[in-house]
Amino acid sequence: MALEEKGDSPHLPERPGGCCAQMGTVPFFQPTRLDALVSWCRKYSLWPMPFATACCGIELMATGASRHDIARFGAEVFRFSPRQCDLMIVAGRVVMKMLPVLQRIWQQMPEPKWCISMGACASTGGVFDTYCVVQGVDRFIPVDLYVPGCPPRPEQLIQSVVDLQEKIQREGTLRGKEFHEPSRQRPNRALQEEQGD
Amino acid sequence: MIMDQTLAALRAAFGELPTSEFRGQTRVVAPAATAHEVLGFLKEREGFDLLVDVTCVDYLHYRGGKDRFGLVYLLANTRSNARLTVRVMLNDPQPAIRSVVDLWEAANWLEREVWDMFGIGFAGHPDLRRILLPEPFTAFPLRKDYPLQGRGERHNFPVLHRAEG
Repeated sequence: MALEEKGDSPHLPERPGGCCAQMGTVPFFQPTRLDALVSWCRKYSLWPMPFATACCGIELMATGASRHDIARFGAEVFRFSPRQCDLMIVAGRVVMKMLPVLQRIWQQMPEPKWCISMGACASTGGVFDTYCVVQGVDRFIPVDLYVPGCPPRPEQLIQSVVDLQEKIQREGTLRGKEFHEPSRQRPNRALQEEQGD
Repeated sequence: MIMDQTLAALRAAFGELPTSEFRGQTRVVAPAATAHEVLGFLKEREGFDLLVDVTCVDYLHYRGGKDRFGLVYLLANTRSNARLTVRVMLNDPQPAIRSVVDLWEAANWLEREVWDMFGIGFAGHPDLRRILLPEPFTAFPLRKDYPLQGRGERHNFPVLHRAEG
């Protein structure tokens, strides 16, 4: 596999003396870590699961449509079956009757998988501080990225996809070791404090 | 004019019922014991064949309110276009009334919603379950003594971690 462009290729460890057999200026082969190569493949083919429950879902549709065109970032293949997806985009408020559904869909997605919490409601409950609205989905499922806004513009969602690509490239491993790190297992923020209200 | 005849017929059949009018809308307060007969009379004799809505008001802490719940039936006559509001006052404990599903099939889901939100029991309802809230929910959230942010129901879920898939 020839990886020509330095800016787009997986991170190459510097080796003194070099071990690339040069054919002209194009490297004939290039050493890299397998983790970096796998992450490089994964980050450009995210398959989003649109969990759209409110007006953020409209912006999510706009992001997928031709004007903003999330296909430029390799994440255009929206699938409505969680078994075919690896990126859940929670767009909109989640009520307590919907949360078991959300958790079930999350569990049905195969590893490795990521989650973007899109908009104020999905991240914090937004203005809906009532008995039936979950105050942030990150209390009950793991979330990788939060997108602020009410609703966020498609550019913001695209930026979050780009940020997620960076995150996958930075810490991704072949067998998903990064998902088992203690820092990603910690209980959810402020849940205990909130329960005292 | 039509409404005057209806009210006169009601008075003839059930005695004096409190009535009021506001911006052209007529309201009748029926006693809980005979509410089903009043509604049946309005449907069979006076032609109020359409049940538009069944809903409820909680008058807890309401200025001048004597009764706790006001159950509201909105009726319509599809021939004369007359509309009538029938109100039934109910009180704790165990506010309950006879169901009107045998008069209007439309009352089925409407009464389920009132049960779900206010906890008003409807005797004779064929399927009195919660309609909007999840089954394990125990409170009646539109009662005025229920806190807006709930009693922790929205936090009562298992937390999924990464390692669990």
